[in-house]
Amino acid sequence: MMAGQMPRWADYILMPAINVAAAFFVSGLVVLAIGENPFDAVRILVWGAFGWNEGIGFTLFYATNFIFTGLAVAVAFHASLFNIGGEGQAYVGGLGVALACLALDRFVPWWVTMPLAVAGAAAFGAAWAYIPAVLQAKRGSHVVITTIMFNFIAASLMVYLLVNVMAKEGSMQPETRTFEDGGRLPLLDTILPGVDFGSAPANLSFVIALLACLFTWVLIWRTRLGYEIRTFGANQTAAVYAGISPVRITIVTMLISGGLAGMMAVNEIMGSQHRLLIEFVSGYGFVGIAVALMGRSHPLGIVFAAILFGMLYQGGAELAFEMPAITRDMIVVIQALVILFAGALEHMFRPTLIKLFGILSAPASRAA
Amino acid sequence: MLDTIILILDSTVRLSTPLLLAALAGLYSERSGVFDIGLEGKMLGAAFAAGAAAAVTGSAWIGLGAGILVSIALALVHGFACITHRGNQIVSGVAINFLAIGLTALLGQDWFRQGGRTPPVTGDARFGSIVLPFADSLRDVPVVGGIYAELLSGHNILVYIAFLAVPFTWWVLFRTRFGLRLRAVGENPAAVDTAGISVTWLRYRAVICTGILCGIAGTYLSVAQSAGFIKDMTAGKGFIALAALIFAKWKPVPVMFACLLFGFLDAAAIRLQGQQVPGIGEVPVQAIQALPYILTVVLLAGFIGRAVPPKAGGTAYVKERS
Repeated sequence: MMAGQMPRWADYILMPAINVAAAFFVSGLVVLAIGENPFDAVRILVWGAFGWNEGIGFTLFYATNFIFTGLAVAVAFHASLFNIGGEGQAYVGGLGVALACLALDRFVPWWVTMPLAVAGAAAFGAAWAYIPAVLQAKRGSHVVITTIMFNFIAASLMVYLLVNVMAKEGSMQPETRTFEDGGRLPLLDTILPGVDFGSAPANLSFVIALLACLFTWVLIWRTRLGYEIRTFGANQTAAVYAGISPVRITIVTMLISGGLAGMMAVNEIMGSQHRLLIEFVSGYGFVGIAVALMGRSHPLGIVFAAILFGMLYQGGAELAFEMPAITRDMIVVIQALVILFAGALEHMFRPTLIKLFGILSAPASRAA
Repeated sequence: MLDTIILILDSTVRLSTPLLLAALAGLYSERSGVFDIGLEGKMLGAAFAAGAAAAVTGSAWIGLGAGILVSIALALVHGFACITHRGNQIVSGVAINFLAIGLTALLGQDWFRQGGRTPPVTGDARFGSIVLPFADSLRDVPVVGGIYAELLSGHNILVYIAFLAVPFTWWVLFRTRFGLRLRAVGENPAAVDTAGISVTWLRYRAVICTGILCGIAGTYLSVAQSAGFIKDMTAGKGFIALAALIFAKWKPVPVMFACLLFGFLDAAAIRLQGQQVPGIGEVPVQAIQALPYILTVVLLAGFIGRAVPPKAGGTAYVKERS
């Protein structure tokens, strides 16, 4: 350990924990301002998320979405690219899932549809990231701005498609017909013996999400491409001298990132809604940024961060039910504070902590 | 025909106003080297504060004050994270947007219990339209009279403030010492620092200017254009403003034209809904709604001119190596 640094465990576990604690402290003040007891609120929230089977099922379901969008942001982070377009990529990914399901659900069982739906989600999500990627790589247009613009373009495109092209015949609802059994993923509790999640939609996508984590870990830390991505992210000039093509890395990384974001739609569309509908992404793409930041862009960290956010979503719904003064919007406030403290203010506590570790480790180094 | 054109242009002015205020707001911050994708959140926070304060006190001006204060507070959070603690400016902007969405809905429900709305404002609690002198007597003059009476007259005071803010911003940025320094700190903060001027304080002032203008933009939405705050009422206007700012290459007068263009597209989309356009057929409203974003991407790609952001934008200034 060098002077002015922290041990790795402090960097990866203690720092995020402190930041989240700060976010929860401020959230507690908000609850207090509304006139409710923050400790009761935490108790209801945690119980709602983990205290009963159905709660756990919902927590895992939400966590699945966050794993995908979190991984998407994290992969781009490793190349020091900021993909803020997970929202749009997931939305368009839903189109890929729906096309596969609508084409096949009446003819084949779900396990034939599934690989095509997953591939469709990844392909459509990646395609939506492709133009911003090319513009960044070849024309230097900032990927943050272009992906924001593409989120809005995706929203318009999907509304147009759902209203004018894909809507169920004779229906005014902007949504497709409901998929038959061939377009539905099995629920987790039907696969796992002895587990019952009640009416929670936790489904096979959770397993796909964990596989995506494994894929990302292997990709980033065990392949040549991953090494190039990390090199490019750490120092672009050095990467060029090492013979790494910035254009290729930028485009490939953004394609992988967009594909992962798109796969979020598998969970929502094929796993739960069983139809394509408008605004099903509803912020999961943006929360992926918080998940990636908290998880330090590591798949394992992302799984934990995703479960934390899944807990907030599910527990927050319970909280809104038990304490009517606190609406579901409280979840958004907590999310915002987590993004603020774990992301934008991540350097606030760091110098103090480094100093603290310096004092603690000083006698030890003198003895050695 | 002329009447229709004047009507569309009239609603163009109304729809451009919040975009213009927010885009000019972003101009101060981004020219000083602090990117701001939290315009949306600041507008929303201000709209809520203005709507709530105007409804409770019955004064639109107190509403404006509350809107500006809340917007400045959010801007200072952005400054605290990005200037003082050198945090990521994009992440901070995302956080502020979420914070505004969550807090306005949560507090709105807690305070007023109307599903996140604020009580409707009427009379003095709302900015009414101002009739310019002789508007009524000139109305019957062909062409010019209609333009004067319908297009130029009859807007609320915030519309005039927004359009006056354009030359004012130009003057501040290009004709004052503060403006020169503000632009310099966005291009080369080290040079400004060497000249003995505080980069931090300068950027904080720029961010406060952003807060003030976003506050007016938000107030316009809730107590001038509409009569009260509605949950999530900005609906992406902050991002269209950001697109307009980029489209105008971070320059005040082009910002006005970009906002008028995007406002016009919005007005046309409302007008064309479900109507047949001769020679084209029915134009999908969504295509027109997406056009500002598509145009901005095309511009960013360098196909129509080139948008070069302030050189030091997006990076925090580190005074010395540690």
